[in-house]
Amino acid sequence: MRRRTCIITYYGYMDGSGEYYIVIDSSICDGCGLCVGQCPKKIIETAKAMIDIEEKIVATVKEEHRKNIKYECLPCKPDKETPPCVSVCKNNAIRIIWKAKA
Amino acid sequence: MIEGSQQYWRWREYHLVFPEKRPKQSSIITAGVDIGSVSSKAVIMVNGEIYSISIMRTGSSSPDSAKKVMEWALKDTELKLSDIHYIVGTGYGRVNVPMAHNTLTEIACHAKGANYIWGPTVRTILDVGGQDIKAIKCDEKGKVLSFLMNDKCAAGTGRGMEVLADLLKIPIEEMGAVSLNVDEEPEPVSCTCVAFARTEAMWLLRRGWTKEKVLAAYMRAMAIRMCNLLQRVGCESELAVTGGQSKNVGIISRVESLLGMKTLPMPEWEKDGRDPMAAGAIGAALFAKALHEKAKK
Repeated sequence: MRRRTCIITYYGYMDGSGEYYIVIDSSICDGCGLCVGQCPKKIIETAKAMIDIEEKIVATVKEEHRKNIKYECLPCKPDKETPPCVSVCKNNAIRIIWKAKA
Repeated sequence: MIEGSQQYWRWREYHLVFPEKRPKQSSIITAGVDIGSVSSKAVIMVNGEIYSISIMRTGSSSPDSAKKVMEWALKDTELKLSDIHYIVGTGYGRVNVPMAHNTLTEIACHAKGANYIWGPTVRTILDVGGQDIKAIKCDEKGKVLSFLMNDKCAAGTGRGMEVLADLLKIPIEEMGAVSLNVDEEPEPVSCTCVAFARTEAMWLLRRGWTKEKVLAAYMRAMAIRMCNLLQRVGCESELAVTGGQSKNVGIISRVESLLGMKTLPMPEWEKDGRDPMAAGAIGAALFAKALHEKAKK
C-alpha cells in the first residue's frame, strides 16, 4: 500500500525540563481556523503553506512565536485537561506532546 | 594589525562555474537563493543541473546579501539576472529576496536538495545551520513527510562553532579534526548555549583541559542534541546531513556513533557543485524549475 502523504510539523522545544511540541498534521488540517480563536496567547494563525508545489491554507504557529513556545504555551501546559487548540479541532489535526523530565 | 588577530571563525566563501553545463537557446534557466542566518547561498541551474554556485557570509541586510550572492553566482557566466526564467527564495531571510518570483520554506528546499545530492534513498535529513537545527523526513521524491522545527535558541549550531574557533584560536575548518584528537571522549558540556559557550569553554581551559578536550566536550553535547531531535521524528536510513556543519567531521562522527548508523558520505562537490551546505539553494532552484514549468502550462 502506498504511504499517505502527510506533512507533520513539530513546533516546540526540548531542554532540561523535558520536551514540548505542538504537532500539526497539514494533510488533515482543512484550514478552518477554529483553533486560531481558541488560543489564549494568539500564537496560531492560518497561513498559506506549500505542499510540494501545491498551495494549501493550514494552521501554523506564527513565525515570531516559534522560538517562544516555552513561555507562550505555559497557560495550557499542565496536562490536567486537553488544551483548547486540540479539543476544538474536529479533524484531530493538532496534538500536543508534553513529557516532563523525571 | 595586532599579532594574532587572524579571523579564525572565517570559513571559505566560494564561487564555482561548471562551463560544460552552459545554457543553450532552449534551456530552462532557474535559480535558488537561500539566505541563512550565517551564510547566503545562490545556485543557478540549467535544465535542472547545477551551472553556477556561490556561498558567502550573510551581511547585516538580507536584501543586500541576496543581491550580492546572486551577482557573484552570475559572475563568469554568460547570463544576466534577466535571463533567469524563475527564481525561488528560501531560508531565514527569504521574505527579503527582492528578485525572487516565489518563496518557499527551507524545509521543503532542503529535502528536495538532499534528494538531488544523494539520490532517492535519502529518508532522514539533519540540517545543521548557523542558528538552528532541523530534522526532516522525506519520501523517495524528496517530498517532506514530517519535520521538527528548531528549538528555542541557537544552541549547538554553526554560530557556536564560530564563537569557539575565535576563542580557541583554531581555524574553523580544522575544528572537527582537532576535536577527534582526544584519547577518550570527555563528558559533554552541560549546555550548548552560544551565549555561554565562551564562558564555559574558558572555565574548562582554566581547569587545565586541552583545547581538543574542550572541543570534544562541546561537539559531543551538540551531537546528543541532534540525536534527540532525530529520534523524535524517527530516524530512518539513509541519513543525510546538510547545512554548514555537514563539513564538520567532529560532529558527523559523533552523531554516527551515538545513533549507531552511518550518514551519507560527502559528495565530491568541487566537481559538480553538489555541496550539502547549499542543499537549500539547490532545492529552491529545482522548485523554481517545477514552478516555471507549471506556470507555462
